[in-house]
Amino acid sequence: MISRLLAMVRKEFIQIRRDRRTLAMVLIMPVMELLLFGYAIDTVVDHLSTMVYDEASDVESRALIAAFENSGYFDIEGYALSQSELVEAIDAGRAKVALHIPPRFGDQLLRGQQGNVQLIIDGSDPNVASTASFAASSVVQARMAEITAASLERRGLGRAAAAGIDLRPVVLYNPTMSSAHFMIPGVISLILLFQALILTAFAVVRERERGTLEQLIVTPVKSWELMLGKVLPYTVTAATATILTMLAGWILFGVGVAGSLLLLGALSLLYLLGSLGLGLLISTVSQTQAQAMQMAMFFMIPSILLSGFMYPRETMPFAIRQLSLLTPMTYFLYILRGIMLKGVGLRFLWPSVLPLALFSIAVFALSAKRFQKRIA
Amino acid sequence: MATDAIIDVRNLTKRFGDLTAVDQISFSVGAGEIFAFLGPNGSGKSTTIRMLCGILRPTSGTGRVLGFDIEREGEKIKRGIGYMSQRFSLYEDLTVWENLEFYAGIYNVPRTRRRERLEELVAMAGLTGRERQLAGQLSGGWQQRLALGCAFVHQPRLLFLDEPTAGVDPISRQEFWTLIHDLTRQGVTIFVTTHYLDEAEHANRIGMIHLGKLRAAATPAELKRMVHGRLLNIACDAPFEAVAILQTMPEVRNVTFQGNDVHALLTDEGAEETIRNSLRQGGVVVHDVQPITPSLEDVFVSLIAGAE
Repeated sequence: MISRLLAMVRKEFIQIRRDRRTLAMVLIMPVMELLLFGYAIDTVVDHLSTMVYDEASDVESRALIAAFENSGYFDIEGYALSQSELVEAIDAGRAKVALHIPPRFGDQLLRGQQGNVQLIIDGSDPNVASTASFAASSVVQARMAEITAASLERRGLGRAAAAGIDLRPVVLYNPTMSSAHFMIPGVISLILLFQALILTAFAVVRERERGTLEQLIVTPVKSWELMLGKVLPYTVTAATATILTMLAGWILFGVGVAGSLLLLGALSLLYLLGSLGLGLLISTVSQTQAQAMQMAMFFMIPSILLSGFMYPRETMPFAIRQLSLLTPMTYFLYILRGIMLKGVGLRFLWPSVLPLALFSIAVFALSAKRFQKRIA
Repeated sequence: MATDAIIDVRNLTKRFGDLTAVDQISFSVGAGEIFAFLGPNGSGKSTTIRMLCGILRPTSGTGRVLGFDIEREGEKIKRGIGYMSQRFSLYEDLTVWENLEFYAGIYNVPRTRRRERLEELVAMAGLTGRERQLAGQLSGGWQQRLALGCAFVHQPRLLFLDEPTAGVDPISRQEFWTLIHDLTRQGVTIFVTTHYLDEAEHANRIGMIHLGKLRAAATPAELKRMVHGRLLNIACDAPFEAVAILQTMPEVRNVTFQGNDVHALLTDEGAEETIRNSLRQGGVVVHDVQPITPSLEDVFVSLIAGAE
């Protein structure tokens, strides 16, 4: 009966409007997460503070130091006067990287000998260490020949061939390599999963805690009306939060939607169906909101860690990567990045759409059934 | 019994595993009656109500509520009854009016009549002027009357009240019962559970339930006549010693404290003097011994004592 469903939905919206916690979750949290993940969590490592101990102090060593600084990866923090001072700078955390150039560096190069330069890296953050090591060897390989050639020429010792290979990478979809591009689809998938899940679960569990569920059971309300009365309002709040996030991403970070908005909406709804289902499922096994929260975390942690939300799945060990195929967020994130950043359509996305659809429909059907059984 | 009874159950039984929560109970309630279901917590009151409302399947036995079968026609029963639980299951973050409006929607009160009906209920519950107040901010007594209003929004012929006055002050309780009596004058039947014995006095008939068994179902007066033997009120200087002495006497069926006095239920007429003597011999100074009419509490205690 439409009157009963209408009463349920209306009541739920009044409650959403009155509850600051829910309102904050719908209106403020998405934008806050976006700012947090977009600005604070920058996965691109650069501008590493660097300490230099230049024993040579010749034209060549200075050219090398300049090359390091110009790469953008290293910021020269200062100059040390001894090896121990270098190490101390890293110990104290003043520098992440230390560069040690031995005496007579230029002479060695000119004689065609190999120049020995030591790079000391703070390995406590492996991400920093690998970037520093990779960037340093790139700098050395790219610029060394050039520096040597210039020196030879300056001293009138002829032109050496300094051809080498000039690699010019083209970065597609995200030319400035900003983290925001990577993070915004992540934040949206997080909101669509957890906000919907937690709010739906809370909405049901709150009624159980308060005793109103007991009351509803003795009214003519059917269990499917009760279920839809919970699911519909939180579909609206999740959609609102998603649109807010996308608008904020567009305004603050310039991340728009490259592909079809319609496809994005449709697939988001599909994914949302699974989240709402999980919320209902949790509500059938939780007596209190605290229990529901714990259950939600049980889904949340693996999803964040495994889905590729923060860490690329490509670097995960094989077994873990297979495990990540079990969380729906993995598929949705792939779809979302595909549509938003690459602008691709179903032709490329269907291998992810299929398992997502399967998961969402199965979970919703299962939880709907379980919910009706528990309520009746 | 009467086929036009509002509630009529026969040998109703509910078992949860090895536990028999409700054991072969039979009774019927007529139109306009207030039937009180009296018993301690865990005696099977709530289980019985849930079966009567059509939300719990009986293990065996039959029952009809408003003429509908409790096992097969639960949906029809739900539309015709009102239910109010001891927790006054209101939405605390909704206003008085919004709570009523919600239940009006749930019970499908026609939109054209809704406003008028809601105003009636607000007036009935004495909540005029408080329509915009949040239900959570109302005092216990007001919450109770609002909960009654919500349960009565669709003018059901039968109201189930499950411990309706738990945690409410005495004046509000009195007002609540005045309201209930008004409803019965309009022909509404009330099925109320309580463990307050004084409250059961409001009922036309009382069912006493203990350990899942219906020990008696009768009017308060009839119940009081069911107490066999004579009840004495004994005033003395040492009630604890008196009780200890009385418990050892074969002529005394039951002893209970009543304030500073002692109630003793005797098996035969002639024992009053024996009692005085025994107490005196035990060193208890007896001020006064008065035969009294039993209260519902005495009835209940004697029924349970008889069963055990």
